[in-house]
Amino acid sequence: MKKPVILTIKRIGALMAAAALGIMTVPMHSQAMEHRSYTYIYDYWGDVQDTPDVYEVFNVYTSAELGLDVRMNNPSGLTVAGDKVYICDTGNNRVVVLGTDPDLGLVLLDEFDSIKGAPDNNSLSGPTDLAVSEDGNIFIADKGNNRILKVDPDLHYIMEFTLPVDSALSADTIFLPNKIVVDTAERVYCICDGVNKGLLKYEPDGTFAGFIGATKAPYDLIDYIWKKFATQEQIDRMPVDVPTEYSNIYMDYEGFIYASVPVSDAQALDDLKVDSVRRLNLLGNNILVNNGEWLNCGDIYWGSAGGYSGPSMFSDVTAMENDIYVCLDRNRGRLFGYDDQGRMVFAFGGNGNMDGYFRRPIGIDHIGYDLLVLDSADCSLTYFVLSDFGKNIYGAIDNFDSGKYEESAALWQKVLDIDGNYDLAYIGLGRAYLRQENYAEAMKYFEIKYDDDNWSKAFKEYRKEWVQSHLFITVLVLLLIFLVPLGIEKFRNMKIEIATSDVFRFPDPEDNMTRAEIREYHKKQRQEYREREKAKKEARKLAKLNSSNR
Amino acid sequence: MAQTTVKEKTIVSGIAGWFKKTFGPKYWDSLKFSLYCITHPLDGFWDLTHEKRGTYAAANTILFLTILVRILALKYTSFVFIRVYWEDINIFLYIASILFPLLLFVIGNWATTTLFDGKGKLGQVYIGTCYALTPYPLMQFPLMIISNVITVNEAQFYTVLAGLSLVWCGLLIIAAMGQIHEFSGAKNILFMIFSLFAMLVIIFILMIFFSMVTQALGYFYSLYREFMFRV
Repeated sequence: MKKPVILTIKRIGALMAAAALGIMTVPMHSQAMEHRSYTYIYDYWGDVQDTPDVYEVFNVYTSAELGLDVRMNNPSGLTVAGDKVYICDTGNNRVVVLGTDPDLGLVLLDEFDSIKGAPDNNSLSGPTDLAVSEDGNIFIADKGNNRILKVDPDLHYIMEFTLPVDSALSADTIFLPNKIVVDTAERVYCICDGVNKGLLKYEPDGTFAGFIGATKAPYDLIDYIWKKFATQEQIDRMPVDVPTEYSNIYMDYEGFIYASVPVSDAQALDDLKVDSVRRLNLLGNNILVNNGEWLNCGDIYWGSAGGYSGPSMFSDVTAMENDIYVCLDRNRGRLFGYDDQGRMVFAFGGNGNMDGYFRRPIGIDHIGYDLLVLDSADCSLTYFVLSDFGKNIYGAIDNFDSGKYEESAALWQKVLDIDGNYDLAYIGLGRAYLRQENYAEAMKYFEIKYDDDNWSKAFKEYRKEWVQSHLFITVLVLLLIFLVPLGIEKFRNMKIEIATSDVFRFPDPEDNMTRAEIREYHKKQRQEYREREKAKKEARKLAKLNSSNR
Repeated sequence: MAQTTVKEKTIVSGIAGWFKKTFGPKYWDSLKFSLYCITHPLDGFWDLTHEKRGTYAAANTILFLTILVRILALKYTSFVFIRVYWEDINIFLYIASILFPLLLFVIGNWATTTLFDGKGKLGQVYIGTCYALTPYPLMQFPLMIISNVITVNEAQFYTVLAGLSLVWCGLLIIAAMGQIHEFSGAKNILFMIFSLFAMLVIIFILMIFFSMVTQALGYFYSLYREFMFRV
């Protein structure tokens, strides 16, 4: 499960010793690390750390609460456009329009089950999704009628998109548009049931522009070799590697498409062969940054508890203006938030009937930093708002992005005061100090949470500063490293010279002198030497004097 | 007038003198001989046993230093290279993770080679293996200090040198075994592989032994309980 980044001694030491002693250890996945609190994160080691709630339930809107005459039935699409919230009430063939209200949160504005001026059929049949372009035109995935409708804000028919003629699609394919997004130029991207070649892309004029962003089929070399030797009958009986279909798409404020993938193949996820969530550029390539210590695949422990097992299966994703994207897990009814680097910001939720818990969460969207989650079994819309703790986190991220590093650091400090186990706060503080060029502080915070890349950035600068401020010592040390060996050599030579000079010649061993006598002998020698030198000096002086006098 | 050489008095000779005074001259010489062994493995390991240049005391010292450096590295190596989940560290298990494979190897190697004309005794195999570990503390200790002043970009220096120390140790162990048992090259490699198999066999037997003991104890305990219950 761990991204294969660096050798860590988390379990290696213990495992080696245990293996050496012949004790079998339990593999990681079966250690069901079930969390206790509503909100939690995975820390650097992958341990579950309980955190204060980042989001709180503001209200849960049911049909009765919204004042709908007909109860919602299997709603499946949730879209926020401007200050309006659209719910595609699939079972009742209608679209419910909600407006925002400062006190009540959401109020019922409108509901419609048909459009005006369509050439053949005005009524909607099982709409599954809706998108609103910048010009206000509404696009409706009218699944039951096998079309995508484009209507103006007053619901007057403009055009429709139908099954494209393409060699990759057989003519008897039934066109079942499920989820749609629209970009600024009113190009339509569509997830179509039964089509696994990626998203269908339409030009604004309705022509089909091809498939983009097909998910990779899990590929295995052993399977490939096996198939080379297998007979046709055997191949037919093998499980077919079909690329996973996207469950939902969301167009972020930059025009990139976030797509969620409900991964059920735990092994493929473990082998990093599939992504749980992708961010597609115009070419359909995944550009999602994933630098977190753990994969952005939701839960990383898949112990079967309460009847739920296997990896998280994302049914929808939404991305906010601060680049935090939130994935909705329909398996365990949880929300997972990741920041722009793919590091976990929060995880919360669960399966159940209480407020803030879900039965079959199908859609997620956001108003500002508030989150809306649509539950298709409960037929309810849950409105989450940031808690004070969450406001600190988001404020710190926003301040950092807008270059206010001191404010960012102050807010991260507040987060740490509340929850000392919140990893992002340490890294956030480190990054803020790094930008303020306070490298020693930055290094301290990065080291706590083992962020070696950022730590290295800080340390490089710190080292440079240290060398500059200790230039004298540095040069001295470098000189010493080179000079000391040379000096030793010189010293040795001198010693030998002294030893072999006439002055300090040792007495003849045959004289059998005692130590004291030898000392005496040397003393005499030194005396004589000094006198000789003195005489030489006198002679030199005299010679000099004579020469100057002349 | 005949001439005597001047005795140099340096720090090294001072330490050496202290060691000689404390542990006897043989200990210091045998410990210093490990440096000759790692640079001249064939010659060195031959003399180690055949000329009796090695001692148990020196071998134990090298092993102790190896374990010490390994434990120190946990704490003092930069986190860039080693990250420790302290909750899972059991210092005794950690020490055992070095000692146990070492002893397994020594016993496994001796057990296999002694059946096939290996000249080495169990003690000699132990001394040879320990002497072959010398590069580990010698390189890892400075590396541990250096690791604290390098960044991720310069991490290659550390990893390459750390790997080199292990490769060096491995080659030395092979050389040592060849010289101690007076094996030719090919036979030596063959018996290194046999030693590994012997290690596996020992582990297997130990596992069986311990599970049998557990079962037997359980049996007698239940017998005792049954007995007490009836009485």
